[in-house]
Amino acid sequence: MKAIVNVYLKEGVLDPQGKAVHHALGALGFDNVSNVRVGKQIVLDLKASSMKEAEAEVEKMCETLLANTVIEDYSIEIVQ
Amino acid sequence: MNVTVLRFPGTNCEFDTEYAFRRLGQNVTILWHEEEVIGANTDLVVVPGGFSYGDYLRSGAIARFSPVMKAVRAYADNGGYVLGICNGFQILLESHLLPGAMKRNENLHFVSKHQYLKVENSDNRFLRYCKVGEMLNIPIAHAEGNYFIGEDGLKSLYDNGQVLLTYCDENGNPDNPNGSVDNIAGICNKEKNVFGLMPHPERAMERILGSDDGVRMLEGFIL
Repeated sequence: MKAIVNVYLKEGVLDPQGKAVHHALGALGFDNVSNVRVGKQIVLDLKASSMKEAEAEVEKMCETLLANTVIEDYSIEIVQ
Repeated sequence: MNVTVLRFPGTNCEFDTEYAFRRLGQNVTILWHEEEVIGANTDLVVVPGGFSYGDYLRSGAIARFSPVMKAVRAYADNGGYVLGICNGFQILLESHLLPGAMKRNENLHFVSKHQYLKVENSDNRFLRYCKVGEMLNIPIAHAEGNYFIGEDGLKSLYDNGQVLLTYCDENGNPDNPNGSVDNIAGICNKEKNVFGLMPHPERAMERILGSDDGVRMLEGFIL
């Protein structure tokens, strides 16, 4: 099984990288972008008997290590 | 006094820290991160600066799970004094020994320069030889010093006298090199035995190197 974890700064927490990318896009003439958030993607190969079990396990990983929940949110997608 | 300085893979300020405390006449031991025990005669644990685990994932995120950090937590819970400098501060935040979190600097640059700090609170062991409002000239060198804490957390920091140092210019006006909330450069925990700051007092020990204001800070730990 594969788990795709996206980690990004919470709404309301200013994202300096997103702001810089937004500015650069504007400078290149991409004027239609209203907001940019930069995050990171962590892809895990793991063994689990069900997708539900895999998701529960990955959620634990996010809470303990993969995300700093003081400033970051995360999303988990499990694929077979 | 016996000072224990931690060392993780990627730490690079352990010798500066050792030098600083030896200069102040103290005994210093450098402790590898795989050690599970903090010596019983330790009077201060310093988590020094550097790039533990290459700053992978987030600064301090992986060092937090080192065996030695479990011992540091027990030591701090027992009232022991802990000082985290730069990456050490980041590790203490990730370990939840101090509240809040670090983000990339607002301008995304690695900032390395001398920076003035204003003492906001001296009612603690660390800054007891400093005066509130006094300015200190201390080097900073970091890419992730953009301290963040939510509104409630910030209020609690102020209510309990935990905001210790803020960034300012030579005239004492706010001058923020990284975008940190309320220009915060250093804090402590509620119990005032765990301290964290981004600037490097151990690099400000001799006037010939630009400043010896770090002496006044580190001396606070010496009884």
